[in-house]
Amino acid sequence: MNVLQLVWLVPFFPLVGFLINGLLRKQLSKPLISIIGSGMVLASFIVSVLLFTEVKNGNTHVANLFDFISFGQLSIPFAFQIDQLSSLFLLIITGIGFLIHVYSAAYMHEERNEHFGRFFCYLNLFVFSMLLLVLGANYVIMFIGWEGVGLCSYLLIGYWFKNTEYNNAAKKAFIMNRIGDLGFLIAIFWLISKLGTVTYTTPEGTGVFDLYSKLSPVDITGITILLFVGATGKSAQIPLYTWLPDAMAGPTPVSALIHAATMVTAGIYMIARSNILYTLAPTTQSLVAAIGLATALFAATIAIKQNDIKKVLAYSTVSQLGYMFLGLGVGAYTGAVFHVMTHAFFKALLFLGAGSVIHAMHHEQDIRRMGGLAKKLPVTHFTFLMGCIAIAGIFPFSGFFSKDEILAAAYAKDPMYYYLGVAGAVMTAFYMFRLYATTFLGKFRGTEEQKHHLHESPAAMTIPLIVLAILSVVGGFLGTPEVLHMGEHRLEHFLAPVFEASAGLKEAHHLDHNTEYMLMGVAMALAIIAILVALFRYSKKPEVHEPAGFGKVLADKWYIDELYSFVVVKPMNWLAKFLNNIFEKRIVDWLVNGVGRAVNYTSRQVRLLQSGLVGNYVLLMVLSMLALFVVTFFFNKK
Amino acid sequence: MLIERYIYLAIALFCIGIVGVLARRNAIIIFMCIELMLNAVNLLLVAFSKMHHAAGVGKAAAAGIDGQLFVFFIMVVAAAEVSVGLAIIVMMYRNTHSVDVNFLNRLKH
Amino acid sequence: MIPVLLIVIPLVSGLLGFLIKEEKSVKVWSLFTSILTMVVAILGIAFLHKPEYLQTDVAWLPSLGSRFSLTMDGMSKLMCLLTGIAYPGIFIATWNATYRNANKFYALMLLMQTGLMGVFVASDALLFYFFWELALIPAYFLCSIWGGERRIAVTFKFFIYTFVGSLLMLVGIIWIYFHTADRSFAMSAFYNVNLPGNVQGWLFWLFFLAFAIKIPLWPFHTWQPDTYEQSPTAVTMVLSGIMVKMGVFGILRWLAPVLPVGLWGWGDPAASMCVIGMIYASFVAMQQDDLKRLIAYSSIAHMGLMGLAIFVTSSIGIQGVMVQMFNHGINIIGLWIVVELIERQFGTRKMSELGGLAQKAPSLAIMLVVVALANVALPLTNAFIGEFMMFNGVFGSKASNYHYIFMVAGGISIILSAIYTLNMIQKVLYGNTSTLTANARDIRVNEKFVLVVLLIGIVVMGVYPKPMIEATKHAVDAIYSKMFIKLP
Repeated sequence: MNVLQLVWLVPFFPLVGFLINGLLRKQLSKPLISIIGSGMVLASFIVSVLLFTEVKNGNTHVANLFDFISFGQLSIPFAFQIDQLSSLFLLIITGIGFLIHVYSAAYMHEERNEHFGRFFCYLNLFVFSMLLLVLGANYVIMFIGWEGVGLCSYLLIGYWFKNTEYNNAAKKAFIMNRIGDLGFLIAIFWLISKLGTVTYTTPEGTGVFDLYSKLSPVDITGITILLFVGATGKSAQIPLYTWLPDAMAGPTPVSALIHAATMVTAGIYMIARSNILYTLAPTTQSLVAAIGLATALFAATIAIKQNDIKKVLAYSTVSQLGYMFLGLGVGAYTGAVFHVMTHAFFKALLFLGAGSVIHAMHHEQDIRRMGGLAKKLPVTHFTFLMGCIAIAGIFPFSGFFSKDEILAAAYAKDPMYYYLGVAGAVMTAFYMFRLYATTFLGKFRGTEEQKHHLHESPAAMTIPLIVLAILSVVGGFLGTPEVLHMGEHRLEHFLAPVFEASAGLKEAHHLDHNTEYMLMGVAMALAIIAILVALFRYSKKPEVHEPAGFGKVLADKWYIDELYSFVVVKPMNWLAKFLNNIFEKRIVDWLVNGVGRAVNYTSRQVRLLQSGLVGNYVLLMVLSMLALFVVTFFFNKK
Repeated sequence: MLIERYIYLAIALFCIGIVGVLARRNAIIIFMCIELMLNAVNLLLVAFSKMHHAAGVGKAAAAGIDGQLFVFFIMVVAAAEVSVGLAIIVMMYRNTHSVDVNFLNRLKH
Repeated sequence: MIPVLLIVIPLVSGLLGFLIKEEKSVKVWSLFTSILTMVVAILGIAFLHKPEYLQTDVAWLPSLGSRFSLTMDGMSKLMCLLTGIAYPGIFIATWNATYRNANKFYALMLLMQTGLMGVFVASDALLFYFFWELALIPAYFLCSIWGGERRIAVTFKFFIYTFVGSLLMLVGIIWIYFHTADRSFAMSAFYNVNLPGNVQGWLFWLFFLAFAIKIPLWPFHTWQPDTYEQSPTAVTMVLSGIMVKMGVFGILRWLAPVLPVGLWGWGDPAASMCVIGMIYASFVAMQQDDLKRLIAYSSIAHMGLMGLAIFVTSSIGIQGVMVQMFNHGINIIGLWIVVELIERQFGTRKMSELGGLAQKAPSLAIMLVVVALANVALPLTNAFIGEFMMFNGVFGSKASNYHYIFMVAGGISIILSAIYTLNMIQKVLYGNTSTLTANARDIRVNEKFVLVVLLIGIVVMGVYPKPMIEATKHAVDAIYSKMFIKLP
């Protein structure tokens, strides 16, 4: 039997976990809930590893489960596709997802039983939706997962539902995502109307990626831009990024899940999956690269002045996602996927580390009230530092390789991309070490009570941290650049079949080795300088005051939320009010009632004819009869 | 004899009837005027019936007979009407001590 | 046989229901007979496929050329199934409600079912009209006797409004009748009548107005929020779950195939009305504080989409409409049940007075969230199937010149629906408890039962919609071919 036919088991396990934990959340004990919740994801992970080894041998498979929507020519099967790209994502999602589940079991232990069960049930559903998104063999199944992760993020961000602010953040996430989803949906309809299919590819050559030559340039550009609109929503790019920082309202493991393993990587996955269409649409590619770069820089500037430990990480995610889109935009699909992977390692690590800090600090998130935690939380401190170095892109940590690959490709496309990209990387190094220094170095600035309770987190939390730290350190060696002579680029080799068609379409830019050495050297040197500056500046004397001047603009996130509120939300509410209070009542309903009033008025006027005098009636009768005679005798043309 | 003369007489009677109904307020006189109109019609019916009979002699024995039959119907109906109508007028007189129809404008309300 | 039973069982049980004086027994009686109707409907749809089971044709008014002829095709089956399933569900879910003169209430409800079933199975225009009005009369009494404070004025408006529309339709029916080949009201005769384009143009408006008022499409919708708000919730469920579908059904059965040229000519203006209605109603819904009014406006938006999918003339769109007629019926009844539970427990429907129910009544909260998500057409819920097909049909329409604009503009209502639905969830379920909801209890067993059944239905039909699509495919083809064949 072909192992690949077991692909349905991968999303099946989390689904079962979702159902069990959802239905029996009151009956099961907390340890049992966490065992079921994590166990199901672990089972998925094991199956994913099996599948991965099979795919590594060059086998791919499409498993048709049943007909989902089928009407006339249009047939959308509920089918899973397992190939290089999806199997890699499966490993990331289930692997990191599992670690986060284990971590959550300890992190959430204070919750009441049924809420604990609810939390794990949502987590499982989240993993399930993401798996559906990645495994789907056509755009509609991807869309199901796409909206599914939107829903789960809504549920998890608003997990503490008593807090109105958290609910607003959850709502914002869902609605922002829905705006992007509309773009995705229209792209699907466009594909259907032009090609009559949404399946990626079929052996008979009737899939979207087989028939792309039937699409006109306008179609391809339109479809790719619309798909990208969907991606900006899900992957938090300009202009739809504001939900992601607000999504910090959820419990910290949720943030880790959203930022590392699921949800935000969906946009990257989608574009990598549709790489052939994007390669054929240079306009869209430039747009993707521009938006990605703009987001990377923009979010990095904001991150410099944030004081909430999770907010800094959130903006760093937005910024890193920008790099991935830059990679996609310049055609470095492997680089983007590579960065998704390494980013998943170190961002999960950083978030879980932040969670560990918050846990130790009794839900204090402001870094101005931390400091000097290095001694109290040694494991957290060390792993967090590893994460910071990785994200800053220091050789030989994982972030270096993936970021370097994207930047090199960007340079090949246009040096300007590279310069701006390096500027972003420098900022990244700076704000990450500002965060690190303020949190872990210097003196403790919290309350006495917090200081008294400071303790390292339990093993269930530190072990995932250690595992992730190891991955963050060594993960980069999967894709070492040719120029360093450290073996082949394994990831590129592995993913080659997926990006084969795109690779065939564009001429390869190969930088000569000296240039490449120089690019790496410059980026790293600047990053190290930024790190040193940050360490020097913030370890002794952290900024505890409210920022002023330009710093305040950054701390207030360039007032983008206020701008959106002013440009979109307020006018919409105003319009809704106008329609409800004025248009509906004064115009539409007034017209309807007006018909009634007109009838009433006419009948009142006509009633005056009823004088009650017999004589009048008879006179009227006679006159009418006379008139009738006159008409019949004199006006009858026949 | 010319049919026109009957027609003129009938028109004259009918118009007198109409004018009477319209102009007078006394219920009994209105009633009589209605009878006058009915009789104008009766007169016409009989006259035309006679004419048709004369024209149809030899072809159909019963030609024109239905006109005279109608007259009987009308007379019966008129009699019935008078009996009901007079009863109403009597009741009206008892209530209002008047037979003026303009007192009877209750239909308005 | 089956269609006759579907009409006769509610009729007889309704008439007998008047005679049962005791409240408890009339409840049991109507539940029992409605389950019987449901069983017959399911039998007819799932197992008895022979035409003689599904057709009846006897003389009715021979001098007029009208026959008592009933047929069940795929579309009728689906709607009969909805009507059949909805009634027991409504009766069970409102089991704890008490009404004055309960026997009359339940009897009228059953009589309304007679009318609804009749509308869905009639294949004779006059008979269709007969049942169309028959369904309205019990609705009038139900709302005006058991309704809220403003019931008299509201019901009066509702009745007159829909009745005026119906009369226009009657004029249209009679006009077409005089132009049929053999002076007949039969559906086949109507389908074969060939009228010149301009005549079809104005006949279109006669029918369209009747159906647009019933659906209701913007701007003929103002009766609807008031009526939904003032009616007892059980009646609202029938009105919004089934009765407004009569309008869509009417368009599909008596307008599109009979006057295809008229529909082509006026399709774009009608579709524009639908799109405006979708966005307009969504905006207005955002401003509502009363749960019933919010759902009413949301229903206007959703029904607008169905209208849109028909008026742009696309087969997959029509298929989507059929699926959605059923699914929307299920979903909105689910929403009303939750509203009814909330109102009965707290005595208010104002969202501003509620809140925090998720802590106090988790089962209710889960149900509301799932039904509300189905209402915003989240994938893997039933509504997604219909909306996906309808939007797809609109986008790919070859008949309309503005179909891209319609799709994108209509698509905005997807976002807006998320906004008002999530607002509703937030205000009702989340946040802190109010004084009213501080001592809330969770839902009872019978209510839970109905909601769980609905919930399973929502998910199953959302994951595996194939049977429903298969069942209605032929009806879609028939309608679509009629819409195209008679083009000049």
